[in-house]
Amino acid sequence: MSAAADAPVPLGRAGEIRIVDLHKSFGPTEVLKGISLDVAPAQVVCVIGASGSGKSTLLRCVNRLEDPTSGQIIVDGVDITDPDCELDDARAHMGMVFQQFNLFPHMTALGNVTLAPRKVLGQSGAEAEEVARRCLDGVGLAERADAYPAQLSGGQQQRVAIARALAMDPDIMLFDEPTSALDPELVGDVLEVMRGLARQGMTMLVVTHEMAFAREVADHVVFMDDGVICEQGPPSQVLADPHEARTREFLSRVLSH
Amino acid sequence: MTDPVSPTLPAAADDGEDGGAIAPPPSGARRHRLTPSQRRLVTQVVGWVVGVVLVGILIAFTDWGRVTDRLLNAEIAGEQLPDVLTVAAKNTVLYTLLSFTLGLVLGLVSALARLSSVWLLRAYARFYVELFRGLPALLTIIVMGFALPIALDIKIPDLEIPGVASLSGAGILALGLVAGAYMSETIRAGLQAVPKGQTEAARSLGMSPTQTTLFVIIPQAFRIIIPPLANEAILLLKDTALLSVLGTTIDSKELTKFGRDGVSGNFNMTPLILVGIVYVLITIPFTQLVARLERRQQRAR
Repeated sequence: MSAAADAPVPLGRAGEIRIVDLHKSFGPTEVLKGISLDVAPAQVVCVIGASGSGKSTLLRCVNRLEDPTSGQIIVDGVDITDPDCELDDARAHMGMVFQQFNLFPHMTALGNVTLAPRKVLGQSGAEAEEVARRCLDGVGLAERADAYPAQLSGGQQQRVAIARALAMDPDIMLFDEPTSALDPELVGDVLEVMRGLARQGMTMLVVTHEMAFAREVADHVVFMDDGVICEQGPPSQVLADPHEARTREFLSRVLSH
Repeated sequence: MTDPVSPTLPAAADDGEDGGAIAPPPSGARRHRLTPSQRRLVTQVVGWVVGVVLVGILIAFTDWGRVTDRLLNAEIAGEQLPDVLTVAAKNTVLYTLLSFTLGLVLGLVSALARLSSVWLLRAYARFYVELFRGLPALLTIIVMGFALPIALDIKIPDLEIPGVASLSGAGILALGLVAGAYMSETIRAGLQAVPKGQTEAARSLGMSPTQTTLFVIIPQAFRIIIPPLANEAILLLKDTALLSVLGTTIDSKELTKFGRDGVSGNFNMTPLILVGIVYVLITIPFTQLVARLERRQQRAR
């Protein structure tokens, strides 16, 4: 491969993601064909692109829900592609929000939010509950702490999922199309919570179809196509004045809806 | 078959309310002598007539003196009644509960092993499940109860619960091993039915594979498999009858052994009928409970 992949990568700081020449194949299909991307602390990076372009796979590689085929990913200064890396420790500093929420259906909202702090961080029940109530309050759901996921709307479920990730006090938040499974009228509340997080200086890597959100909140927009980064830059450039024909074509398709 | 003059009018129609007025079939058209509701009525009437006739024959040809003496002997039933409940039914329930608990533990452990990433664990679990699902339960009971003590001097100790019961350890072990092999497959299906996103969510929070399995996967899997597990328990209750082949003391008889000994001791079938009634009295409420759980499970989906 290229010389860059072999050279030692300088380790970064807390809240920083460095992705170096990342490749990922599922069987014979190469989904990521050499992605390099840096996310600085407190930066919000939005990844856009058509479905099948590899953007969700990229995000899932960052917390090793998918194992990269080759390349390096350094999160919080830890090389998580190292086979000896303590993956659970690395993940504990990195929240993830899924398209399908993935709340634990057998637990209340409060139970969902307190589980990992108790089991992973060893917090006492009272301690975890205090943190959880603060996190639920932060996403506007303090009153629904005792509701089960099935009793909540999609937008409420997704906000509980965000609170669940925040209760671990992460340095980085990964969002995998967090509003794609929501009814249109419920999208706003979730995006509002995400805006708030960005204002508080959370490092965020967001795979999204919400162009308005990307334009307003992102510091950096990455357009992916067919497993490579086709174009990247500030939203004012990538979204308003794209250089690449493929970016223009994608945007015209998305924005015409 | 478009025979214009169909000769096949149900013979039973003659028993109908029409009084047997058979009109000549109009040629060239399918006959509809009876309306659909009349046809349903005919079916009902025929059903009742057949049933009443059969019962009538049975009553007419039965030697009632012999039946009440040999099958439904009140005197023998009265003699047996206290012990059938305080000893035999109690032992049957205890055998069921204990072997079900053992089976549940074995089933859960082997199901988790079947899903392990470690090849050796998968192989062990597979061996266990295939062996005890493949062998007849009766053979397993004979091996544990007779063959091991005779051939290898391995005597599985009996389970003494002071003041409550004395149970055959070999019997519990054998039934538990067989039940565990069957439950293993049920539990494995339940574990696999929990969506993959649940594991991903738990792991993304930093939970270890063990924590994920314990706190996220197993609780959800067991909700899914409550109905099939309850079915397993009913089958197991009836399989405790196989323990009647084991040598027992008066205090350790379960229902079937108790009934069999009653039959040979009295030259009378009453004890077996009594025991049959007790089995049904235990299983029917349990079946109702399973049906209720199943309905609740469907509503929750």
